[in-house]
Amino acid sequence: MKLPVPDATPLLEAKGATMRFGGVVAVNEVDFTLREMELRCLIGPNGAGKSTFFKMLTGQLKPSAGQIRLRGENVTGAEPHHIARRGVGIKTQVPNVFNGLSVYENVFVAAGRRKSRASAKRITEQTLERVRLTGITGRMVGQLAHGQRQWVEIATVLAQEPDLILLDEPAAGMTHDEVLRTAELIREINRAQALIVVEHDMQFIRMIATTVTVFNQGRILVEDHVDRVMANQAVRDVYLGKQAA
Amino acid sequence: MSSVPSGWRGCLLVILAGFVLLFGLPQVVSLYGVVQMTVFVAMAVFALSQGFIWGFGGIMSFGQSAFFGLGGYVYAVSVINMGDSTIPVLLAIAVPAAFAALLGYFMFFGRISDAYVGVITLTVTIILFNVVNSTSGDFYTIGQAALGGFNGMPNVPPLNVPGYPDAAFGPIDTWYFAMGALILVYILLRGILASRFGRVVVAIRENETRVQLLGYDARVYKLLVFTIGGGVAGLGGCIFTNWGAFISPTIFGLASAAQVLIFVLVGGLGTLVGPVLGAFGIEYLISIIGTQQTLNANLVLGAVLVAFVLLVPQGLVPVVWSGIGRLLPRRFAGTGEQTAEAQS
Ligand SMILES: Nc1ncnc2c1ncn2[C@@H]1O[C@H](COP(=O)(O)OP(=O)(O)OP(=O)(O)O)[C@@H](O)[C@H]1O
Ligand SMILES: [Mg+2]
Repeated sequence: MKLPVPDATPLLEAKGATMRFGGVVAVNEVDFTLREMELRCLIGPNGAGKSTFFKMLTGQLKPSAGQIRLRGENVTGAEPHHIARRGVGIKTQVPNVFNGLSVYENVFVAAGRRKSRASAKRITEQTLERVRLTGITGRMVGQLAHGQRQWVEIATVLAQEPDLILLDEPAAGMTHDEVLRTAELIREINRAQALIVVEHDMQFIRMIATTVTVFNQGRILVEDHVDRVMANQAVRDVYLGKQAA
Repeated sequence: MSSVPSGWRGCLLVILAGFVLLFGLPQVVSLYGVVQMTVFVAMAVFALSQGFIWGFGGIMSFGQSAFFGLGGYVYAVSVINMGDSTIPVLLAIAVPAAFAALLGYFMFFGRISDAYVGVITLTVTIILFNVVNSTSGDFYTIGQAALGGFNGMPNVPPLNVPGYPDAAFGPIDTWYFAMGALILVYILLRGILASRFGRVVVAIRENETRVQLLGYDARVYKLLVFTIGGGVAGLGGCIFTNWGAFISPTIFGLASAAQVLIFVLVGGLGTLVGPVLGAFGIEYLISIIGTQQTLNANLVLGAVLVAFVLLVPQGLVPVVWSGIGRLLPRRFAGTGEQTAEAQS
């Protein structure tokens, strides 16, 4: 977003990324590349390793093996705050928000790092407007409904102004209207920022996706255009079939 | 756990009350009463350090007495050697702060879990207790100051007008110094919490993972909070030593470490006024119990703590505050909207 980087250098590149927990191999030698401004959907059955992969990308987990590069810079094993400063924001699967602070303060803390107070305020107000939280800025986040808490978290990620946004099940716990609004918001965000979105809701995936990566048992099963992925028999077997059943 | 909606109005009210006490007390109570209140104030400064790092920074230091005691001893040793109290007062703040910074560096950058931070700090104060306790005899002197082991250090010179060692403070001067220091510390901590640095500190208490995912290095923030807490506790220790012209290793002891936790819990975790009032109230209670023989002070203290933890777990100030909020019309009670505004 900031620098015109030559196409040759991907925004994000994982090579042989592996995460072991004792005997469990949650992520197994994953090679993954994301271009600047790309929107990618990541799907896969429960326990496929999607959230673990996100944690490796954001420094919450140090990979057991392999490499992670951001615009060519090796960030394997770097601290979460270091990776965040390199322009990566994440909405985690289990919401990470400041329950005891107001909606406004949640977003303000996110907007305020290394910015003047005035621009932090401006970003906060714009983001609250964009995510349609202006009506509840004074409410304590701990008292909000699950869907609203999800949006507060999305707002903090946006206020951080990252170049790459990871969303782990952003539509979970949302009403149908909220899901539609979230899909719309994701497409809108993608005009300026790259995203990787993990979701189980296939209707939602169809609304936003072009390229889909399918995880299964820690490995990439398929990576293709959404239509071909949905038609793929192997994918149906491990994932879609189960959901239909 | 929400921070008490003390916007700038509440803050001004507290400062005003502080000044009324500062100038009013010597007018209305006896000299004995003023001296009595001075030690309450020393304890209140101590309680502020605990309440700040625990209630806002989320750092569970169970051995804050290490810095309180260190402040007391650093003052005593340096004032005996230097004569003029000006630099000793500054050292009584700086040395505990530096010690806290060192200890905090190992704890926070070493990824020690929250529970172990409690264990480590408690261990440190017990170690200090044992070390200082065994410093009897001529061997353990620093310059002209004999540490005195378990007997402690008597006849510690009082504060004096800066630059004039002969113009020593009397009890009333010491009161003004102590109460003035308490007000200053309160203003300082309020200011820190109102700043953007302070908002991040509170955010770390709420969710450290989120803060890090936003690009803040939480370790640096915790280290700074812990260091400030160490300096404030040291100042409290300096006042305490001045109050009795005496300091002994019991200041590092378990009772001292536990007492300050009780001040904070009773007054209200996550507030600044709470720990101050907790210290005043409990110290007053202890002084009343001390004048009679039927009840044991520790027993009463224990009972008070248990009663509070079970019946008023948020502590006094938050409960009273929300009570006032319910009685007053909404617009005076500080709605969430105003909180966000005041702190934004
Ligand atoms: N900290 C951990 N310790 C041990 N095992 C873990 C840990 N975290 C994840 N796992 C295991 O790793 C595997 C992948 O989990 P992960 O949460 O990444 O799956 P997921 O694809 O996000 O699933 P879901 O769709 O249910 O969110 C699972 O078998 C899980 O039990
Ligand atoms: Mg998951």
